[in-house]
Amino acid sequence: MTTVEQQGTSLWQDAWIKLSKNYLALFGLVIIGLLCVLSVLTPWIAPYGYEEQNLLLGATSPSSEHWLGTDVFGRDMLTRIMYGGRVSLTVGFIATAVALLIGVLWGAVAGYVGGRLDAMMMRIVDIMYALPFMIFIVLLMVVFGRNILLLFIAIGAVEWLTMARIVRGQVMSLRKQEFVEAAHSLGLSQWTIIRRHIIPNTLGPVIVYTTLTIPSVMLLEAFLSFLGLGIQPPQSSWGLLINYGVETMEEYPWLLIFPGVTLSLTLFALNFLGDGLRDALDPRVSKD
Amino acid sequence: MALLEVEGLKVYFHTRNGVVKAVDNVSFSVDSGETLAIVGESGSGKSVTCYSLLDLLPQPPAKIEGGSALFDGEDLLQCDRSSMRHYRANEIAVIFQDPMTSLNPFISIGEQLIEPLIYNPDSDRRKSREDARARAIKLLDEVGIIDPQSRFDSYPHEFSGGMRQRVMIAMALINEPRLLICDEPTTALDVTIQAQILELIKKLQQSHDIAVIFISHDLGVVAGIADKILVMCEGTIRETGDTDTIFYNSKNDYTKKLLAAIPEGAKISPNSKKQDRPLVEVTDLKTYFRHGGKATQHGGIIKAVDGVSLEIQRGEILGLVGESGSGKSTLGRSILQLAPTTAGLVNFDGQPLTGLNAKQMVPWRRKMQMIFQDPYASLNPRMTVYQTLAEPLLYHGLANSKTIEQQIRQLMDDVGLAHGQMRKYPHEFSGGQRQRIAIGRAIATKPELIIADEPVSALDVTIQAQILDLILNLVERHNLTMLFISHDLSVVRCISDRVMVMNKGVIIEQGNTEALWKNPQQAYTQQLLKAIPIADPKLERSRLSGL
Repeated sequence: MTTVEQQGTSLWQDAWIKLSKNYLALFGLVIIGLLCVLSVLTPWIAPYGYEEQNLLLGATSPSSEHWLGTDVFGRDMLTRIMYGGRVSLTVGFIATAVALLIGVLWGAVAGYVGGRLDAMMMRIVDIMYALPFMIFIVLLMVVFGRNILLLFIAIGAVEWLTMARIVRGQVMSLRKQEFVEAAHSLGLSQWTIIRRHIIPNTLGPVIVYTTLTIPSVMLLEAFLSFLGLGIQPPQSSWGLLINYGVETMEEYPWLLIFPGVTLSLTLFALNFLGDGLRDALDPRVSKD
Repeated sequence: MALLEVEGLKVYFHTRNGVVKAVDNVSFSVDSGETLAIVGESGSGKSVTCYSLLDLLPQPPAKIEGGSALFDGEDLLQCDRSSMRHYRANEIAVIFQDPMTSLNPFISIGEQLIEPLIYNPDSDRRKSREDARARAIKLLDEVGIIDPQSRFDSYPHEFSGGMRQRVMIAMALINEPRLLICDEPTTALDVTIQAQILELIKKLQQSHDIAVIFISHDLGVVAGIADKILVMCEGTIRETGDTDTIFYNSKNDYTKKLLAAIPEGAKISPNSKKQDRPLVEVTDLKTYFRHGGKATQHGGIIKAVDGVSLEIQRGEILGLVGESGSGKSTLGRSILQLAPTTAGLVNFDGQPLTGLNAKQMVPWRRKMQMIFQDPYASLNPRMTVYQTLAEPLLYHGLANSKTIEQQIRQLMDDVGLAHGQMRKYPHEFSGGQRQRIAIGRAIATKPELIIADEPVSALDVTIQAQILDLILNLVERHNLTMLFISHDLSVVRCISDRVMVMNKGVIIEQGNTEALWKNPQQAYTQQLLKAIPIADPKLERSRLSGL
């Protein structure tokens, strides 16, 4: 028996071992990692400035000087996609992380404690659901002024609701399982039980929903920006680029194709990674 | 020629980890009016054998590799889809193990009963709705459903487990099959209901003159009803013969092992030490539940435990028996303060536990532990054996990072698990091994009291015997006190020093195990004792005919 065996690996160590054997998930991880690194380094490696216009040039198809072509203002598309990635990825990850954190905790506590607290917490969720999303955002903008941080908060504040409902449903069925009662009879505190026994067992659906949330958050940002509530030109994001690309689709197809391909690639990578993570975190799926 | 003749049946499962020979070269025959019992542990291939006859196995991974199954001269393994539908509808019927899940909860039982008549694949046997209804009502009456006219339109949730199994039997018989396959039809039922269902199957078989294949893991159950017995293990036949030969003159070691595993007789050295102060004193304990939300709306209060007083002496094993719904599990949970009590007192070692809040309970939790019934649900599927066993030790500060390793190994030795399995997850273990892990977790904090809630009910007879041995051994070695809850009286008899009988939330009788067995005072206790199947074909036959 080796020392590794004696120590007993944690769920996460096991998950990493399994994930590293899943090539599709690894591919997803590499793509996401690459995109993140590129985004961070963009100000230093981007071939042009994101607001550098060349009105004389106008929209040109891909060439050796502008690999992915230029838009109607003569701005380099590669540069704009790289800068757009900074916004889209940040919004995607941060807003989803906010939704994940609030949603999982809210749902887990409501589902586990049950009774009146549950009823109260879920009514709050219902009220938030009922608030018209647009009015909510416009109100926020009016009160606090427009900034990108507010955008994260606004999107996160909407996305956690569904997460909370999913987790609550899971937890309510888990709560009645005997292993939770066993933990209770060991004298573990409520919080320890939620953290150690409940939340890890809700990971499957949570991870799948998370990978679905990230792209929907990115598109939500594009929608808000398009309405003038999110980020403003000359700044860009993938969603905005796609929106402008759609308008000029017939004359300048590359303005739609390249941002579209980038976003799709990200979504594919996220889905592969999500599926891989779900399997890796479930010990019942074999390690081979 | 017999009605069904199976010859050299081979069913293999092609899994990722290689080929599993679930059924390997099995032959048997059964004729009209005859009962064949197929007995074996879980995984022995007894159910696969029968399901492969009706093409009920998922293929792949299962694949029938060879053999033949002649039913009335036709090979069931070769027949096409439409003739298979004919056999399923009109010739061969199956009763499944769990009556709670084998009926559709959204369709009334009458509607489910007449389905095979109305949608019969053979058009000449199809019946009109009125005729079908009349036949269904007649059958419901025959299987002992009271007032079948009005019960026809009831839904499954309005029936108890035993009643549902009767409905399943009626459904199986509705097209007058010639072969009835019963897959552990009584395993999920209480002992008194089990006796009634066994008797019913026997009676119906005689009146309808059908062949019966009865699958069970418990030789004791089939003693009274089987004509022939087939003992299976790991996909092969270990022994086959008529019932008396198997029971009285078995030549096979495996059969002998199965017979020896049937719990019988009393505890060898009952603990009769009398102390001045009992470890647990319960006084007039009441635990009520509101039924379906607010009491004011439905007015329903379930009195699960209704005024129970008891004492558990240090070092004794107290058996608590009762049927499902008697409140025995709730009583166990109430003593541990896992279920909120309504009134009454629970004293542990002289200290009152009732009224303590969760925080004040923590030091006491260490001293009292619980073992649960279902070893599949009682372990966190995402924690390894190491983590499961380490949790109580670390949480209560009974180990530090240096000693934990050693302590866990000690625990694994105690419950008979190999050290190499420390890193495995629960799903990699069998039911018996999982129960060992759960027991390990319960004894980790060196508790004084353990409440075992049906710890062996979900296990095969042979595994059950091993776990009972383990429990007795641990109680002895660690000087534990135990409340052993079970619906199985034979199990309680062989493990406990004293017994209490519980019915409808109250203790109706208690006493030393052997005294109570020999001379039960209450009619209810007598009835319970009479229903225990006896692992002796001759006695069992006379018992069944006398019921």
